[in-house]
Amino acid sequence: MLKQLSTCITFLFVVLWCAQNAYAGIDIYQFDNAEEEKQFRNLVEELRCPKCQNQNLADSNAGLAKDLKDRTYQLVKEGKSNKEIKAYLVERYGDFIIYRPPFRFSTALLWLGPLLVFLLVFGILIRKRLQTADIQTGEMSTKERERLSNLLENQDSNET
Amino acid sequence: MIPELGHFFLVSAFAVALLQGVLPLWGASSGNAQLMAMGKTTAMTQLILIALAFACLVNAFLVNDFTVAYVATNSNSYLPDWFKISAVWGGHEGSLLLWALILAGWGAAVAIMGKHLPEELLARVLAVMGLLGVGFISFILFTSNPFLRLLPDFPLDGNDLNPLLQDIGLIIHPPMLYMGYVGFSVPFAFVIAGLIGGQLDSVWARWSRPWATVAWCFLTLGIALGSWWAYYELGWGGWWFWDPVENASLMPWLAGTALLHSLAVTDKRAGIKIWTALLAILTFSLSLLGTFLVRSGVLTSVHAFATDPERGAFILAFLVIVVGGSLLLFALRAHRLKSTIEYNLVSRESWLVFQNVIMSIAVVVVLLGTLYPLLSEAFGAGKLSVGPPYFNLLFQPLAYLALFLMALAPYIQWRRYQFVSAHRSLFLLAFISVILGVIVPWFYFGYVTWQVVLAFSLSLWVFLSTVKNLLGKVNFDRLGNGNGKPEILLSRSYLAMILAHIGFAVSITGIAFTSEYSIEKDVRMYPGDTLNAGAYQFEFKGVHTASESNYRAIVGTIEVTQNGKLITQLRPEKRTYRVQQSSMTEAAIDAGFFRDLYVALGDSLGDGSWAVRVYYKPFVRWIWMGTIFMSLGGALVLADRRYRKLRSKSVMVEARNQQFNVKRVG
Amino acid sequence: MNRTFFIYLAPFILFIALAGVLFFALGKDPKLLPSAKLGKPFPDFQLPGLHQPEKTLSKTELVGEVVLINIWATWCVSCLVEHPVLSKLARSGVIIYGLNYKDVRSAAIVFLENHGNPYREVFFDANGSLGLDLGVYGAPETYFLDREGQIRYRHIGVITTDIWQNKLKSIYQGLIQENQE
Repeated sequence: MLKQLSTCITFLFVVLWCAQNAYAGIDIYQFDNAEEEKQFRNLVEELRCPKCQNQNLADSNAGLAKDLKDRTYQLVKEGKSNKEIKAYLVERYGDFIIYRPPFRFSTALLWLGPLLVFLLVFGILIRKRLQTADIQTGEMSTKERERLSNLLENQDSNET
Repeated sequence: MIPELGHFFLVSAFAVALLQGVLPLWGASSGNAQLMAMGKTTAMTQLILIALAFACLVNAFLVNDFTVAYVATNSNSYLPDWFKISAVWGGHEGSLLLWALILAGWGAAVAIMGKHLPEELLARVLAVMGLLGVGFISFILFTSNPFLRLLPDFPLDGNDLNPLLQDIGLIIHPPMLYMGYVGFSVPFAFVIAGLIGGQLDSVWARWSRPWATVAWCFLTLGIALGSWWAYYELGWGGWWFWDPVENASLMPWLAGTALLHSLAVTDKRAGIKIWTALLAILTFSLSLLGTFLVRSGVLTSVHAFATDPERGAFILAFLVIVVGGSLLLFALRAHRLKSTIEYNLVSRESWLVFQNVIMSIAVVVVLLGTLYPLLSEAFGAGKLSVGPPYFNLLFQPLAYLALFLMALAPYIQWRRYQFVSAHRSLFLLAFISVILGVIVPWFYFGYVTWQVVLAFSLSLWVFLSTVKNLLGKVNFDRLGNGNGKPEILLSRSYLAMILAHIGFAVSITGIAFTSEYSIEKDVRMYPGDTLNAGAYQFEFKGVHTASESNYRAIVGTIEVTQNGKLITQLRPEKRTYRVQQSSMTEAAIDAGFFRDLYVALGDSLGDGSWAVRVYYKPFVRWIWMGTIFMSLGGALVLADRRYRKLRSKSVMVEARNQQFNVKRVG
Repeated sequence: MNRTFFIYLAPFILFIALAGVLFFALGKDPKLLPSAKLGKPFPDFQLPGLHQPEKTLSKTELVGEVVLINIWATWCVSCLVEHPVLSKLARSGVIIYGLNYKDVRSAAIVFLENHGNPYREVFFDANGSLGLDLGVYGAPETYFLDREGQIRYRHIGVITTDIWQNKLKSIYQGLIQENQE
């Protein structure tokens, strides 16, 4: 019982201690132009730190994150495109390292699922509404109809 | 002694919750008024007992009782008193006790304010809440007891609260959030009670609306607080990361927003009852799912509590029983809820249904994105990450659609849309919005992108169309009784809708501008160096040291000027907390209505220079301002006269008659 | 039981499926990353030796036999726990190469002097570049290479006697027996 407790406490301590990594590591990189800087910044926000608790490279100050940032910086300076740099890192760390899941058969559900559900639901709804007959108001003079609709509008439209 | 007392109170609360869960149910099905009335007594008693238990835990923190394991891990004698109190919910066990307390609170509130509800309904609702309480308290007692002692080896002083949590955000954010999560248990309980009783008419919707609205308000504020807290606390200027824990709070909010809107249809027009009932179940289920995701360790997150698969298994079992049970009950009884109203394709009913569709797709996106890594691994497709690029991409069209619906909403009536002259002016307003949507950002920021134009134009259109509708109602003497006086025919719920929708538009504008036009620079600065960001100049003046009771700090001074005029002096800090020996960046922010200027101090680079991060974040405050409008809108709804009418006799009689009718039929 | 009932049952079914996935996920460590390099050749590299910095080592050292590459460092507390097990394995004939990952040379040499050296050769990767090419994300890690120099398995964390006996030994034997003829 005590042993369980003390391991629990140690674990908690470690977790809390590790949380200190959740503060900004400010690393300085020099760029020749704004496009390079923008490319680097975008990449570093879309790349995941492999050993952190769900942080991108930009926000992590883990040693590995710094190494990966340095390597990314090198590749950006070499003129590599985003696609090439991502492929380079995926080759080494797997899909895990990019926050934008690649589009392939195994991620089809992820990327297309919401759209398909939306089209399906929307389609059913529209079809149901179109099938329902237009609301009839019966025989009334135009003036009466107007007055009726004003009344209805007045009463109903103020409340949701 | 007191922790043991607290433990005792908790165990007693467990027993009372059990009684609350069983007796009223039994009474309702057997028609025993005495047993049904037990629901109220047990609900109040449970609240008192848990409150006492909670007080004991707070006491343990305040008197620095480090023989209690939970206190030792989360507190320290140097901690200021108000942080000691909020440290009570800074860790897993204490936060669960807070959950249980709030749950008991809501139960007692229903017991008090539901006095005019039909006996059977109230009894069943309280019973359901009692059963939920049983689940939570047993979870605490069996796996996460905050009152466990460390004897005989206890530390002389505690580990200290994680410095990241030593902030006002911790004091408010979790309680607000939990008020929201737990609050949705009330509409949930209403639906279950109704399904058990076999009766779920539209009166149920009217009873549920105020409860759902209050819960929603709290959740909106809770999430907004979390975002704002992360923004100024974490030092990287972000305000939302689509982290699993953040998503866990967003899903019930999206479902809750849908619920508010669909309850309107069910209440006013007795429509879509089945869908609304399902939604009420799903909203609370998402709260519970969120609790599971955050505490079980299946997903990695910076925000996660100390995780433990054993606890995760317990929560999962609880989830299966509660959610699985409710959905099964729904499957069996839903057919009794058929609605028979008709409405046109373009009508307020349809509009609210479309809104529900959009919110539901949003929930699907967040759920799918959050769980996909698990799914992928489970089906052997390897480990992948789903992050901001995915969520941001899919959320944009949903936001645009929502704005479109909002712009037209005030003009569309129940049952069918009548083409008043409004639709011509709507086109005109749309045209104006697009023009301004291009010109204003171009003028202000120098360039535009199609996303900025789309988001801002739609937001502007919502604003203009809503305001025009409002003005139209104020000036127009509708009833034609010809006495020349303009009648103001505005209910509070209408104003609430205006406020909430404009709030949403404001938030979207803030998000669009800050996402596109923020400037971030990480540079090396020597004292005396100046950096340009946007229209501002940041001059680094140097550093000095400071000392507080539980930390030492290195404080930098940055002077900000614009066109030579001094705007402000910012003092970012790097703190080292004595006990945990951890470092923390305290960013310095100059908050403004139209922009934030944000500076963080990094490491010393050895030769007298420092790493400095500078942010220019335009319109970022609009994001949270919008959410405040939304919550105010929610609060305004509650002040609507209709809800006070609930206490009147006529409504009570109506409800009793309905109940009586159903009983006769069977 | 008509079609509508099954529509109403759908949420329940979906939820149970979800619960199943969550149950499966419990107990799995979400931080464990599978190697992206399985089945791929060991990356090329040029690193100095730990004990002989003037000597440049490369991949050719590793090809020809079944070898283990152990990623270790003196700042890694668990590596010390693992070390005796590695020594024992080395004595029983398992060929282990060490990759000293982002460490201080002098400290590493002292470490090996104090605790024994199970490695046939130690590569000194001061800035972690080979580690990055391998997809290393922490220490200790151990890579299993076949005769052609292909990475066939990666073990994350400490190798204990139990783990070797129950899991890794058979993997190792399997690689030995490959292409034995």
